[in-house]
Amino acid sequence: MKFNRKRFYLAAVPIFFLVPLILNPYWVDVLNSIGLYALLGLSLNLIVGYAGLFNLGHAAFYAVGAYTSAILNTTYHIPILLLLPVAGLAAGIFALIVARPIIHLRGDYLCIVTIGVGEIVRIALINDVFGITGGANGIFGIARPRIFGMVIRTPHQFFYLIWLFVAITVFLFYRLEDSRVGRALNYIREDEMAAEACGINVAHYKLISFVVGATWAGMAGNIFAAKMTIISPESFSFWESVLMFTLIILGGAGSIEGVLLGAFLIIGLPEIFRELSNARMLFFGAAMIAMMIFRPEGLIPPVPKKYRVFSGTDRGETT
Amino acid sequence: MALLSVQRLTKSFGGLLAVHNVSFDVFSGEIVGIIGPNGAGKTTVFNLITGIYKPDQGEIVFDQHSIVGKAPHDIVKLGIARTFQTIRLFSNLSVLENVMAGAHCRMSSGVLGAMLRLPGQRREEREKIEEAMELLGLVGLQDFYDYLAGSLSYGNQRLLEIARALATHPRLLILDEPAGGMNERETEELIKLIGKIRDKGVTVLLIEHDMNVVMKICERIVVLEYGSTIAEGTPEEIQSNPRVIEAYLGTDEDE
Repeated sequence: MKFNRKRFYLAAVPIFFLVPLILNPYWVDVLNSIGLYALLGLSLNLIVGYAGLFNLGHAAFYAVGAYTSAILNTTYHIPILLLLPVAGLAAGIFALIVARPIIHLRGDYLCIVTIGVGEIVRIALINDVFGITGGANGIFGIARPRIFGMVIRTPHQFFYLIWLFVAITVFLFYRLEDSRVGRALNYIREDEMAAEACGINVAHYKLISFVVGATWAGMAGNIFAAKMTIISPESFSFWESVLMFTLIILGGAGSIEGVLLGAFLIIGLPEIFRELSNARMLFFGAAMIAMMIFRPEGLIPPVPKKYRVFSGTDRGETT
Repeated sequence: MALLSVQRLTKSFGGLLAVHNVSFDVFSGEIVGIIGPNGAGKTTVFNLITGIYKPDQGEIVFDQHSIVGKAPHDIVKLGIARTFQTIRLFSNLSVLENVMAGAHCRMSSGVLGAMLRLPGQRREEREKIEEAMELLGLVGLQDFYDYLAGSLSYGNQRLLEIARALATHPRLLILDEPAGGMNERETEELIKLIGKIRDKGVTVLLIEHDMNVVMKICERIVVLEYGSTIAEGTPEEIQSNPRVIEAYLGTDEDE
């Protein structure tokens, strides 16, 4: 089964990167949105999927990355793509400061506090803190990104920028998942007390999941700012956090493939059913309820990892 | 010098005095059993030693250092590993991954090492997977390495918890009712296994209701009743101690 999966992706990925050639700009732009949400979903998946921590304020980290990039670009004219690591760092440090005092909270309590953090950031942006966020109007005039002198402007060009970043993220996160750190987060999700009794510093690893997740969300924010050239607080509302959370649960928490599928469904389907206008949210809600009843582990739940084992008896075919 | 020295340990929950003035020593290379009727405070003593609870009073000295107030994961690092009375495996993860949890504290790679797959990180992974397989071989579960932990039989889950604890390379292994839920044949195997673990240089402290197991393998036994020590000695001494017979052996409280 694993083998077929690999083959499927080897065929699907090149086809996917050719798809924009036959699509009009509108649909390419939809794919770009999906790509951004895929990035956000993957970053939130480190927290929600791997470590099992409910974070409904992820848009705050996304906003910190976007605003850091926008402010530095518009005031100091630093090329926006050079600010990618800066945006990640800013969001990561912000997460470290915010998450440290709340990291010991469990389940629903943590969830409520993260909602609060998300709202505080959004309201602070509207209130033009330090006079640098542009208030409710936001920040405009963010320069277009350039790569080797080529200005990235059209949806088609952005498609390759965004999805290349998604591809790199998937590659790195697969490796992270299959490592000491990824396992530690999974142990915490499964049984916090047993993890601690096995010698895992639970609070430390929870914090790592928050900081790495926020760093990636911050970098997604940078790309978002570059793509839109205008950002405002309404792009970082509670609803955004809900979308990111929902796409993970729908696709399969803890599963990279699941999160990607979730991003396609949550962002793509409403576009396909645009004619239905408001009724589509009804379908959407109904579909979510059905999912939670019939397949609570998500559409593509994580598959158990396979380890290459040298010693011991190999039974060949595995179940 | 004792490897572990518990001195006048006291812990109460609300109005309930769970552990009262309990003292005992465990010497390096010993197998020591703690017995006592249900509710005598045995598991609470274990939770105090492993840092899950903080004692109200008393001192716990491991290898000449006080471990009172230390976080559980730090105590594991110092060399005390445990299993749980109610099995606490990571049941949705594989058997091998469960053992790797124990190896975590002896590994060092971080986020960047993992993402970049640095040579040191790969070597560490390979080494620890091999070690984990050896431990699975020791407890006899190597053929199940890629099964989900939750799919193992009850007895095998107990063995997996022991392998996971051993992966931390403890000097003191604390077993909370290791034979609970095991059949006779499994219990015999367990007795042999505990002997093997001790022969590897690991000191063992265990709680057990199965008197057959306790009398067979423990060199010294500590008896608790109502949170206090009522007797301490060799199996022979304990079996002939009138207070113990009255409190424990004479009744049928162990299921």
